[in-house]
Amino acid sequence: MDTSTPLRRSLGIQFGVIGALLMRETLTRYGRRNIGFLWLFLEPMIFTMLITTFWTLTRGLHGSDLPIIPFAITGYSSVLLWRNGASRCTNAIRTNTALLYHRNVTVLDFFAARLLLEIAGSTTSLVVLLVVFILVGIIDIPANPIMMVAAWLMLIWFTIGLGLTVGVLAERSEGFDRAWRTISFLLFHVSGVFFMVDWLPSKVQEWILWVPMVHGVEMLRGGYYGPTVPTHYDLGYFVTFNAVLLLLGLFLVDRYKGSAVAQ
Amino acid sequence: MISLHHITKTYPTRKGPKVILDDISLGIAKGEKIGVLGRNGSGKSTLIRIIGGVEQPTRGYIERGMTVSWPLAFGGAFQGSLTGLDNLRFICRIYGTDITQATPFVEEFAELGTYFREPVKTYSSGMRARLAFALSMAIEFDCYLIDETLSVGDTRFHEKCQIELFDKRADRALLIVSHMPKQIRAHCNTAFVLDAGRIERFDNIDEAYASYAKRT
Repeated sequence: MDTSTPLRRSLGIQFGVIGALLMRETLTRYGRRNIGFLWLFLEPMIFTMLITTFWTLTRGLHGSDLPIIPFAITGYSSVLLWRNGASRCTNAIRTNTALLYHRNVTVLDFFAARLLLEIAGSTTSLVVLLVVFILVGIIDIPANPIMMVAAWLMLIWFTIGLGLTVGVLAERSEGFDRAWRTISFLLFHVSGVFFMVDWLPSKVQEWILWVPMVHGVEMLRGGYYGPTVPTHYDLGYFVTFNAVLLLLGLFLVDRYKGSAVAQ
Repeated sequence: MISLHHITKTYPTRKGPKVILDDISLGIAKGEKIGVLGRNGSGKSTLIRIIGGVEQPTRGYIERGMTVSWPLAFGGAFQGSLTGLDNLRFICRIYGTDITQATPFVEEFAELGTYFREPVKTYSSGMRARLAFALSMAIEFDCYLIDETLSVGDTRFHEKCQIELFDKRADRALLIVSHMPKQIRAHCNTAFVLDAGRIERFDNIDEAYASYAKRT
C-alpha cells in the first residue's frame, strides 16, 4: 500500500503511464517507417471494405432488400471492435511483464493501452467508412445518429469488460487461451454480423437474444435504418450484462495483481 | 523514511506455502547506506523487490515517504524493436521526468554513439548494460535499490558508474544486495542480516558479518 499520494497526482501518473504504453505499443506494432500508425485504422477499414465488396457482389444470396453496404459496415466494425479488442488482451500481460519492474506500471495499464488502441482503430474505421460512403452518395444519411453513437458506446463498454476478463483468464490458463480462439470464432457467427434478428424464426430469436453483442449490433443498425426496419434488442439486458462483465474483469485484474511478477 | 510494517511474503509451492519473509518491520531513513546479507534463497531479492513495489507482500504494508528507484539489476527491460532513445522516452513518461533534459545526459553517459538511435536488438550485451545504467541515473530518486553486483562494461565505465551513483548521489539512501563483502564494506555503514525469514539490523558492518558467519 502506498500511503499519502494525492488522488490527483496518482491520476496524473496513471495517465502518463498509459500514454507511454500507447506510444510504445504503436511504435512496436507499426514501426516508424512508411505510414506507420495509420495502419491502426487502415487495417480494419481495408478488412471491412473487402467484406462489403464481397457481400455486394453476392447480394442475391442474402435474400433481403436491405441496403447491403451499411449492413456490412455496421456488422463488421462491431466484430472487429470486440474480437480484436479481446484477442489483443490475451497476451497483454505476457509481453509486458518486464515493465512491472516499474512500480507505477500496473497490469490494468497494459489492458487500458491495448484496448484504447483497438477502440480508436475500429471507431475511426467505422466513422470514416460511413462518412465517405455518405459523401459520395452511395449510402443514405443515418436515420438516428445519436442512437448509433449510443449503440457504439455500449459495444465499447462490452469490449472493455470482455478484454479484461479474457485477458486475465488467458494469462492464468493456457487452456483458456487456446479455447478462446474457438469461442470467439463461434461467437462471431452468432453476434449478429450476418443477420437481423427479425429474419430468424421466433424460436431462434429467443436463443440468439441471449448473446450480448446481438443487442449492440441490432441497436446500431436500428439507428442507421430507422424505425422502418424492425429490430429486436433489450437495452436493459445489454447494460446489465456489460456492468457484470466489467465488474468481473476488474475483479479478476485486481486478484491477479498480487501474482504478477516481473522476472 | 521508508517503513515496512509486518511484511510477510509466502510463495505457493507444491508442498504448500513457503514463507520467505516472516513478519518483517524495518525503516530506512534518508541517506542511509544499507547492505543486505543472507545466503542464497534467504529472500534478499524478494525484500528489495517488495520495497521497490515490483512484488506485493502477502501481508503487511509499506509507507514510502521518499521516492524509491526500481531495483537496479542493470539488465534492463527493453523492448528490442525500440531504439535507446525510445526506451529513454518511455522511462521519462512513466516517471514524469522532462525528456529534453534527460536525453543529453543519457546519450553522453551510455556512450552508444549513433546506436542510441538504433533498435536495442542490434546492441551488444555491454551496450545494453550501459544503456540500462544510464537510464536508471536519468531519473532522480531519494533511495536507490541495487540488486546484484555493480559490474557494467570495462573498468573505466565501471568507475564512471561508481562515481555517478556513490559520489554524485552520496546524500541518497542506498540498499545493496551483494555477495561481495568488499562492496558492502566500501559503501555501507549499516547491514540487514536475513535468515530463515527474519531480519536483524546491525549498525556495524563487522558485527553483521560476524553474525552472518555464525549462521552459515
